[in-house]
Amino acid sequence: MGNTMTDQTQTTDPQSPTPGETANKPDIIRVEGMHKWYGDFHVLRDLNLNVRHGERIVICGPSGSGKSTFIRCLNRLEEHQQGKIIVDDIELTDDVRHIDTVRREVGMVFQHFNLFPHLTVLENLCLSPIWVRKTPRKEAEADAMEYLKRVKIPDQAKKFPGQLSGGQQQRVAIARALCMKPKIMLFDEPTSALDPEMIKEVLDVMIELAGSGMTMMCVTHEMGFAKTVADRVIFMDDGEIVEEAPPHDFFTNPQEPRTQSFLQQILAH
Amino acid sequence: MAESMKRPPRKIQGPVAWMRQHLFSSWYNSLLTIVVGYLVVTNVSPLINWLFLEANFVGSEPSDCSGTGACWLFVNQRLNFFIYGFYPDDLQWRVDIIFGLLAVAFVPQFIEKFPARKACGLFGLTGLPIIGYFLIPGGTFGLEVVESTKWGGLMLTLILAYIGILASLPIGIVLALGRRSDMPMIRGLCVVFIEVWRAVPLITVLFMASVMLPLFLPDGMNFEKLSRALIGITLWQSAYMAEVIRGGLQAIPRGQYEAADALGLGYWKKTGLIILPQALKMVIPGIVNTFISLFKDTTLVLIIGLFDLLGTVQSTITDPAWQNVAIEGYVFVAFCFWVFCFGISRYSQNLERKLDTGHKT
Repeated sequence: MGNTMTDQTQTTDPQSPTPGETANKPDIIRVEGMHKWYGDFHVLRDLNLNVRHGERIVICGPSGSGKSTFIRCLNRLEEHQQGKIIVDDIELTDDVRHIDTVRREVGMVFQHFNLFPHLTVLENLCLSPIWVRKTPRKEAEADAMEYLKRVKIPDQAKKFPGQLSGGQQQRVAIARALCMKPKIMLFDEPTSALDPEMIKEVLDVMIELAGSGMTMMCVTHEMGFAKTVADRVIFMDDGEIVEEAPPHDFFTNPQEPRTQSFLQQILAH
Repeated sequence: MAESMKRPPRKIQGPVAWMRQHLFSSWYNSLLTIVVGYLVVTNVSPLINWLFLEANFVGSEPSDCSGTGACWLFVNQRLNFFIYGFYPDDLQWRVDIIFGLLAVAFVPQFIEKFPARKACGLFGLTGLPIIGYFLIPGGTFGLEVVESTKWGGLMLTLILAYIGILASLPIGIVLALGRRSDMPMIRGLCVVFIEVWRAVPLITVLFMASVMLPLFLPDGMNFEKLSRALIGITLWQSAYMAEVIRGGLQAIPRGQYEAADALGLGYWKKTGLIILPQALKMVIPGIVNTFISLFKDTTLVLIIGLFDLLGTVQSTITDPAWQNVAIEGYVFVAFCFWVFCFGISRYSQNLERKLDTGHKT
């Protein structure tokens, strides 16, 4: 098993060609032989992945496969115990300054939005630019309004998160992450907690964002989204990257039996 | 039929309908209403008689009290002692200034539309204690020194409660954060501090502060009894406060910490901007509960020889000049405490309503 893994992941070397216009851009994320344990439980096993500037990657897999844990390692919400994670030329270690630098460049959107309920939408957006980036308040607010327009809810700026629908909250959360002008956006199942009629409004925003050239890594079960925007789809199972391929190959011609059975299950109806 | 389906059933209104529904709905309820009504009438009217109608308010001698009603004359006569203790008469303006400033700081908090409400509150938390620190003991700016042994009455109660509340909240916050720290050393220290102080009765703390502490301090380093009591009360109280606040910290969903982390806010910004504002808001009822209980616990300083409001009243009712005024004295003390505690409680409810942003995470 370990051997087949290594074979698999070798195809992700920066030299090997991948389709898409990002093929000859430099790497922004490099994960090398990364392992993670929760206590004795081996959650992530020997992950290797290189992500180029502007690349859009969708990670899918059954629940408990470690996909959320994996992207949470990329801004060190989770700690890895072995191997290397290098984001924007900075290696993630225990060094708090490095972690903070990386977090400034990496935006994250959560399944449950995690907006700050005691602050208005506008304050949610401006908080980090003002306190972390030291942007003057006026400028931060103008920026924030721009992003709110981009996610199509500028009229909700003065409301509190609790007064918005789930879809609106998630769009605010995306705008909040964008306000830090990140180089990379991580999405951790951004539509899983939404009512079906609200999924589209969030996906539309994400598709628009993908079109702007943002580097994106997205854990999602939205296979339609994967087909439209992803440069590569990664399938994880049992803490391993089982297969990765451009969406067309991935959906029409999966190589691994585990991928095949997963796709059969989710595309069955 | 269709018309009536659209509306909720009409509520029957009017006092007669209300009484029929709530008080006389069955023979059993009617009987209860009559019995309880009889008890209320027979007990409340003597109470009102005693408190107001037959009470004596004016006069100067104990003999001016008729004896059938309350002798408020007594409270009236000794009010100065109840408020200022032994604070010299000609210097009481200093305390009056502080009382005035206290009103300036806190009365606007109850008036929603008051323009400088926030500034007044902020002054109450910062400027007022500083002014009080210089004004009440004197000794600086050419003010005559008034020993703390002469302070007493309501003024002393307020000083103890105010400083206790003001100091225990920040110390409690620090302890609560420390107890949840990742650093074993800090966490250990906070746990030990909280568990030791919380497990000791306040009376013990006060005795230790007044009797034992001087034994441990080096010669020459001896501060007055009031300061020692204050330090004891504050530390004891902050251990309680820490646990209340920790409850709030634990109720904050993990996602809030993660979102703050992901935005690159460091520990202090995350704590100060995201976690504490939400945690404190959540535990306002618990914090206020602790404040109110501290306010009343200040009466325990009586046992180390400080004369707070209860102390001054109690020493007066044993005065042979005034006989049989114990009930009046205690009713007066209870009323004073009730006014302040009820005020604190009302303010906190006000605050909770105002801070509610309707979001339940």
